[in-house]
Amino acid sequence: MRVSFKNVSVSYRTTGGAILPSLGPVSFQIESGQFVCLVGASGSGKSTLIRVLAGLQPPTQGVAYLNDQAITRPSSRVGLMFQEANLMPWRTVIDNITLPLELTGTDRTTRYAVGQEILTLLDLADFSHAYPSTLSGGMAQRVGLGRVLALNPEVLLLDEPFGALDALTREQVSLDLMKVWERNPRTVVMVTHDIHESVLLADRVLVLSRRPGRIVADIEVNLPRPRQPRDIYTTSFIEIARQVRESIV
Amino acid sequence: MQLLLSIRRSRKETAIPVDRSLLRRFAPILTLILVMIWWQAITLFQLIPAFLVPPPIEVARQFIEVIENGLLLRHTWVTLQEVLVGLTLGVSFALFLGYLIAESPLLEDFLSPLIVALQSTPVVAYAPLLIIWFGSGMTSKVITCALIVFFPMLMNTIVGIRSVPRNLRDLMRVLQANRWQTFLKLEIPSALPVLLTGLKTSATLAVVGAVVGEFINASAGLGFLINLARNQFDTPLVFVGVISLAVMARVLYGIVAVLERRLLIWKKF
Repeated sequence: MRVSFKNVSVSYRTTGGAILPSLGPVSFQIESGQFVCLVGASGSGKSTLIRVLAGLQPPTQGVAYLNDQAITRPSSRVGLMFQEANLMPWRTVIDNITLPLELTGTDRTTRYAVGQEILTLLDLADFSHAYPSTLSGGMAQRVGLGRVLALNPEVLLLDEPFGALDALTREQVSLDLMKVWERNPRTVVMVTHDIHESVLLADRVLVLSRRPGRIVADIEVNLPRPRQPRDIYTTSFIEIARQVRESIV
Repeated sequence: MQLLLSIRRSRKETAIPVDRSLLRRFAPILTLILVMIWWQAITLFQLIPAFLVPPPIEVARQFIEVIENGLLLRHTWVTLQEVLVGLTLGVSFALFLGYLIAESPLLEDFLSPLIVALQSTPVVAYAPLLIIWFGSGMTSKVITCALIVFFPMLMNTIVGIRSVPRNLRDLMRVLQANRWQTFLKLEIPSALPVLLTGLKTSATLAVVGAVVGEFINASAGLGFLINLARNQFDTPLVFVGVISLAVMARVLYGIVAVLERRLLIWKKF
């Protein structure tokens, strides 16, 4: 599914009544099946951009599109993964993962079958009946990823999904994400602070400027797939990472 | 004492949790036994005259007597009915209004003067009015109960619903959950711990409400029984009434506590 922004800008009204521009105007197009990372300094409106795509935040100006349809509200074809795992503590792992199916009225047997499949894919099968408070940060975040996959969305939005994790766990979960994506390439838009992570995962890196965020660089990552964590030490990788770094102001 | 010491020592040296949990389970019973011994001792050595504090044996005898002649059951049943009906009424109204207020700050602004005024007035002060308005039967006690449980339950409902995490609300929106699904699958389970805490407070307060009403004017109920016994200087019977009320409040509290354990299994992990 193709995703595009046409002159989208978002401003917030502060409690004092002042208008605070947060994003844009921004225009871009992401082709179906493309993995795109958004990088930029904090406060550059990356999360706002994701919220617009998710249909949670209407643009102040301009229009955001899914294929040729304007985004006005959340859609079941778009999955959003949050900064925190954002699990319901009163639900077990499998009930958290299958919540989206439960809300669409899918029967329990089908739900659990889909849930088990996702749990196996993410190496979480042993924890299906555990409560979230017993999980480590990385496991909880993988459950969050699993929940997004339950509806099999055509567009995956990830808002700094690994921000709260330590470096090694972070690498593990991002490799899980890459594995999931390579098995079934869908459109992915992911916000990250980590330049290496963006180059390792993405087909294309969009760099946003400081507030209000505008696109200052659009960098193609034409490294071969499948990629490995050790690829970050190759000269071509380092060259692209340097380009990304230099365009961040 | 030897038992206590050995348990404490073993815990320090080997940290076996079984001993400790055993001690913890029997700790409340031990306290009760100690209080009974202390009570018996006071009366045995006549430290306080028996007409002020009757010996436990005397109270037990009185207990058996009023159980046998049906007096206790009759009055307990009246109070229990008042408590249960009042609790149900007060709690359901508080849940309903609390939910509305939690969702609409404007409604809170409108209602807050009324709520604050009623909450800061002692129930004992306006209970006589309720008797005048609703008679000396059970209705006035039910209403006293309902009023006394209403405020703590209302506050807990508002706090519970407002503390539903914003991120989870966003999640439900992204998943296009409808109003009813959000209520059932997010708001209720998320607020449940706070709601049950409110219910625990309310359960014990409901007993207070019924007794306050019965003290002012009634022809039945444990509060009435205590009042009657007091006028006749029948201290053992006063004790019977007080202990029965304590047991009733404790049982109601216990029921909610069991409910809490069942419903909040996830909290144990």
